[in-house]
Amino acid sequence: MPDGANAHIPAEDNRYVLDVKDLKTVFRTRRGEVHAVNNVSFNLKAGELLGVVGESGSGKSVTMMSLIRLLPMPPAEIRSGSVWFDDMDLMKISEDRMRAIRGARIGMVFQDPMTSLNPVFNVGFQLMEPLRKHMGMTKAQAQDRAVELLDLVGIPDARRRLSDYPHQFSGGMRQRVMIAIALACDPKVLIADEPTTALDVTIQAQILELVKELRQKLGMAIVWITHDLGVIAGIADRVMVMYGGQVVEEAPVRELFANPRHPYTRMLLETVPSLTGERSDRLRVIQGQPPMLSASPASCPFRDRCPQAFGHCARENPLLRDVGANGHRAACFWDGVGADA
Amino acid sequence: MLDATPTRRKLVEVRNLRMYFPIHAGLLRRHAGDVKAVDGVDFDIFEGETLGLVGESGCGKSTCGRAVLRLYDPTSGSISISGKEIGWAHEAASEINADARRWAKWAIYVVLAVGIVAYAASFIDFENPALLQARNFIIGVIFAPLGLSGSPASPEVVLSSPLWRTVYMVLIFGILAVLANQFVWEAIFKARARTAGVSSSDVAPDETALRRLRPMMQMVFQDPQASLNPRMTVAAIIGEPLSEHTAMTGTERNARIYELMDQVGLNRDFANRYPHEFSGGQRQRIGIARALALNPKFIVCDEPIAALDVSIQAQVVNLLEDLQEKLGLTYLFISHDLSMVRHIADRVAVMYLGKVVELAPRDPLFSDPLHPYTKALLSAVPEPDPVTHDTAERVILQGDVPSPSNPPQGCNFCTRCPSVIDICRVEEPAMKEVRPGRFVACHLHP
Repeated sequence: MPDGANAHIPAEDNRYVLDVKDLKTVFRTRRGEVHAVNNVSFNLKAGELLGVVGESGSGKSVTMMSLIRLLPMPPAEIRSGSVWFDDMDLMKISEDRMRAIRGARIGMVFQDPMTSLNPVFNVGFQLMEPLRKHMGMTKAQAQDRAVELLDLVGIPDARRRLSDYPHQFSGGMRQRVMIAIALACDPKVLIADEPTTALDVTIQAQILELVKELRQKLGMAIVWITHDLGVIAGIADRVMVMYGGQVVEEAPVRELFANPRHPYTRMLLETVPSLTGERSDRLRVIQGQPPMLSASPASCPFRDRCPQAFGHCARENPLLRDVGANGHRAACFWDGVGADA
Repeated sequence: MLDATPTRRKLVEVRNLRMYFPIHAGLLRRHAGDVKAVDGVDFDIFEGETLGLVGESGCGKSTCGRAVLRLYDPTSGSISISGKEIGWAHEAASEINADARRWAKWAIYVVLAVGIVAYAASFIDFENPALLQARNFIIGVIFAPLGLSGSPASPEVVLSSPLWRTVYMVLIFGILAVLANQFVWEAIFKARARTAGVSSSDVAPDETALRRLRPMMQMVFQDPQASLNPRMTVAAIIGEPLSEHTAMTGTERNARIYELMDQVGLNRDFANRYPHEFSGGQRQRIGIARALALNPKFIVCDEPIAALDVSIQAQVVNLLEDLQEKLGLTYLFISHDLSMVRHIADRVAVMYLGKVVELAPRDPLFSDPLHPYTKALLSAVPEPDPVTHDTAERVILQGDVPSPSNPPQGCNFCTRCPSVIDICRVEEPAMKEVRPGRFVACHLHP
């Protein structure tokens, strides 16, 4: 596979590397069903970085775990949907073929690098494992590639550090190791689930810089899950806002921040105090609590907390519809002026 | 409230606060060094103000907050809250105390060593009559408290039974060790205190004395899940400080619990529910109500919003601000979220590796940071605005925070500082007031 020389693929390439349609995931618990993901559809172009924002419980992680089939089933159950990747529907292929894709052509980075690295194996072993399993490399080849990968993610003295154990690395360094493992087999898609949430801001800044650099070099598509709008603003090309298990808004990053259309997105942007802008005496608050998701929603899930809610919101769950140029879509009946749609 | 007018009263004064956690190593658990979590911190908090304390994880900000409330026993340093000293009033007192403690510990070792020798000797029948006599004399002294011969616990009986002898000697030398410890500590402390001009009232107050002061200083913890007892109802949690510190009757207590629940925006009907039935934001409200129960003057908020979702964070921060206005509270607000600190704090202290590197009123600190670390920290915060992201110049710090058990020589920040100069690696910069109200510890701002 090409490495390094690959230029950044322009976003005009409209072949999707990942195309998710109507994904629906349900958890069966003793106290009834939890509809964690409701008809989520999105796609990812080659080389694109899609930011996924939402509060905890909004279904952003479950969506990504569903599409790589990493959820324990039961209790989870994928009710419907298709995930097209490399002309295959990941929901239909066998577990063996899925295993060949997961970790190889779709890489993953999770939130907490301490719990996702195995403390009893050294970092070299964990880096070489996917190389030997997926790429069929010999031990010597895998070792050379592992050194190359650690160099790539900016870990000094790479060859010596291969024999170190995860606890000998700091938090930021561990997350670099996790990224190196995810990149080991040159994935086409990288799914990063809150990769900087557990890190300090100065270390987060280092990781964000690294990811920008790696995108330039390797040109893979990235799905970046976070609840931090600041991080999204810094690295995403396109943003998807999730609430109550569904996508409520989707737009190119500048468009989303300049012209948010869904009331939830607007309020989310207003609740975050800024470091440089005007300082208000009181923070804007989104009253109330996120929805329970115990049933497939028949109405808008944000209705109870929405200042713009009107009669129709209680009768029907809005679908994503185009609200602007460049694929700006929002799931809201309110058209910005308050008239009944 | 923002300008430092001389009429403002200082509520909290912290001077040279140190909190070291000892590292014990080797077979004998020898004291091998210290983790200097807080290493000489000074700040004041004025009445009715919010002081923000920011820094990366591991910089000692939480330890500092806990030590200020004496939830830890600080190594040294003076902490005065509302005029009451709860730390070491005199710098020398903690040192003398630690010294006396060290000698007192040796007293224990000596007594125990004598005990072991005496115990072993009591089993040996010496042939030399002088040694035998000495042995019998020592045994006689040790067993003298047993009293008259002939009784079941007389020296003869005890001496003839190895089991009784063992039990008795362990007991007597145990008691002797404790007494020696206390005696040596007192003797050394008094002797040295007189020359150093320290009185015994300079020793930090003990638990019983502190307990009387607890109502005026309270804490809101980071993780509302972990800081609320899952087996207590909301009413029991909020009411616990009331039953511990006041003599309220049941009805008075219930009335106060309901009043507190109203104050923090919890529905009264939930009084008999358990913490797990609440969401994160509501749990934090329970924690705040508990902190308010005794009408405190000063509350340390240790990352009160870090475990909450963005939309809920704003609710809790607004609640804290409302309560401050209504009840005249003073906060020490510990957080790593700089934009939230900019919102809530009047003045901000920035900590790095156990030391405050910059302390300034909020607006100048955020618009014109002086210390290179503050600059780097502020520029590392991602702004929720894609346009500034593309244009802003960032200072990206290399490497990680050094270990607080082995801080670098000179300035703590010299290993990562982008504008480091030679003197930084040699001499530790002192905290100086470079502009009115603005304190910086940096060689670039002499």
